[in-house]
Amino acid sequence: MDMLILSSVAVSIMAASTPLLFAAMGELVAEKSGVLNLGVEGMMLAGAVLAFIVGLETGSGILAIAAGAAMGALMAALFAVLTLGLLANQVATGLALTLFGIGLSALLGQSYVGTPIPPLPKLSVGGLSDIPLLGPVVFGQDALVYLSFAMTAGVAYFLYRTRAGLVLRSVGENPHAAHSIGFPVIAIRLAAVLFGGAMAGIGGAYMSLSYTPMWAEGMIAGRGWIALALVVFATWRPARILLGAYLFGGLTIAQLHMQGSGQIEIPAQFLNMVPYLATIVVLVLISRDATRIRLNAPASIGKVFHPDG
Amino acid sequence: MIKLTRRSFSAMTLAAGAAAALPARAADPFKVGFVYVGPIGDHGWSYQHDQGRLAIEAEFGDKVETSYVESVPEGADAERVITQLARSGHKLIFTTSFGYMNPTAKVAKNFPDVMFEHATGFTRASNLATYAARFYEGRYVAGILAGHVSKTNKVGYIASIPIPEVIRGINAFTLSARKINPAIEVTPIWVNSWYDPGKEADSAKALIDQGADIILQHTDSPAPVQTAEERGVWSVGQASDMAKFGPKSHMTAIIDDWAPYYVERTRQAMAGSWTSGDIWGGFDTGMVKMGDYNSALPEAAVAEAKAAHDAISAGTLHPFTGPIKNQAGETVVADGATLDDGELLGMNWYVEGVNGKVPS
Repeated sequence: MDMLILSSVAVSIMAASTPLLFAAMGELVAEKSGVLNLGVEGMMLAGAVLAFIVGLETGSGILAIAAGAAMGALMAALFAVLTLGLLANQVATGLALTLFGIGLSALLGQSYVGTPIPPLPKLSVGGLSDIPLLGPVVFGQDALVYLSFAMTAGVAYFLYRTRAGLVLRSVGENPHAAHSIGFPVIAIRLAAVLFGGAMAGIGGAYMSLSYTPMWAEGMIAGRGWIALALVVFATWRPARILLGAYLFGGLTIAQLHMQGSGQIEIPAQFLNMVPYLATIVVLVLISRDATRIRLNAPASIGKVFHPDG
Repeated sequence: MIKLTRRSFSAMTLAAGAAAALPARAADPFKVGFVYVGPIGDHGWSYQHDQGRLAIEAEFGDKVETSYVESVPEGADAERVITQLARSGHKLIFTTSFGYMNPTAKVAKNFPDVMFEHATGFTRASNLATYAARFYEGRYVAGILAGHVSKTNKVGYIASIPIPEVIRGINAFTLSARKINPAIEVTPIWVNSWYDPGKEADSAKALIDQGADIILQHTDSPAPVQTAEERGVWSVGQASDMAKFGPKSHMTAIIDDWAPYYVERTRQAMAGSWTSGDIWGGFDTGMVKMGDYNSALPEAAVAEAKAAHDAISAGTLHPFTGPIKNQAGETVVADGATLDDGELLGMNWYVEGVNGKVPS
């Protein structure tokens, strides 16, 4: 019985962590190129609503996920035009993008409220998925959960093991130096921002296709902001983002279980606060070693780049 | 600062009055305004209020003009929105969340000619009425079903914010469920939000993992119903019928129906017979309704639920009739006695059978 609960809890934690992982990894790549896009929440919402609409109309999970990614990238493209093309302030534009995403998704989803959709199919590998404990965790997830791991590994490899990744990081460290030796700074940043948008869109798609398979206004409920915090919390390291996403997802689920078990006399409000509190504590602990953070933080983050400036 | 605000308010009132006087014709539509705390797309609380607004339009056609402002934060922002509605010629304004109480009262003072209706509050004035619904009557009926169908004797209850309204619902449900099956235990999880589909689904999963085979919710999204369906346990819809989200799992729903009240009050306001007051309506007024009963429920359970509904509606059954024991097992309501409305409105304790403590 306990084993069953354990595996079920593990599955819940994975579900809670997956959208955070997608959005945070996307944002990491954008920030590594020197662009701070605070519009993650808006991009996730836009991705969620379009993925839902396409999923409902076509019945295809793959098309739905692709639509979510495309919608996120489209939102990011708007951000890129303003910040990379017209040199608008990144912080203000990112905030505007979130507000825009909230409104746009509500508008697009207006006639889809109150319509359920069958969830994304879960993997089923013969008898393997029925193995107690490990079966549902390792072999019983939907495609997006596996994709999130593959994507994390891919991003980590790209950033630290490929030449293109090195170029992207150098653009984030010192765009003027990169520009002077002939790298197309704006194009590289555009690609990074679009990737970030696509990942946020997939994170949103996961919410509306798998986590709670429906569309409801504002259903991302702040997860975009958590993803943003995660990037800083992880001090811009992919492996730590993975860890952070699961820590956060785990704490969220654990506090619900603690409440439900009814044995622990801790106020519910405090338990609700625990994930955030833990984030702050870890942040403080890590921040004591300032040099190591500086090594990972992109030096030019949030600064507007102009080739003549 | 306050003086300045007041002066500018009255200046605005005068200006608005003068402006409104010019185009006033007998054929002008009667303007009704609504303030919602959530998006009308929440498929829950605000959605149901908006259904009431649409009912007014359907009833009076060209004779009325309605407008609404959604997702208005409770507090200072609300005051600005309500003032705006009053100033733009709305004669009857519904503010539909508890947190709008003080802003509504303030604005009502500044616009004595405008009629205000505030949901779930207790501050009233000659032009400010209050209204609320006895949702706990619906919870009591849902408890009867739960008492009949639970096999694990564990019920999970996704609770929003620890206010008497929510605690009353938990207690009413627990009382009737344990009348049928005294072994039932109800475990609430507080999510401290009215609306967060992801967290509501997570809570439902946690409760089901811990053995609950019925999920109740006092939050607004259909996510718990969906989760219950996926995991093969029972659920009860909140605010509107959610059967679409869980055809097998949805036992029934506790539906808020504001339409009859809104239509009636608009009719009175238009006729000039509107007076301030306070109404706390339940099954008898049609403000609270039960959704369709799932055909998979045992017939006896449904029959008993319907009987309880009719008895409550007729006034012969009060959900909070003694003997009622608290968590410590002490009798707090004597056999045959009932709790009065004042005690219900301030309820901050659990009855026997609820696990955990009321968050303080």
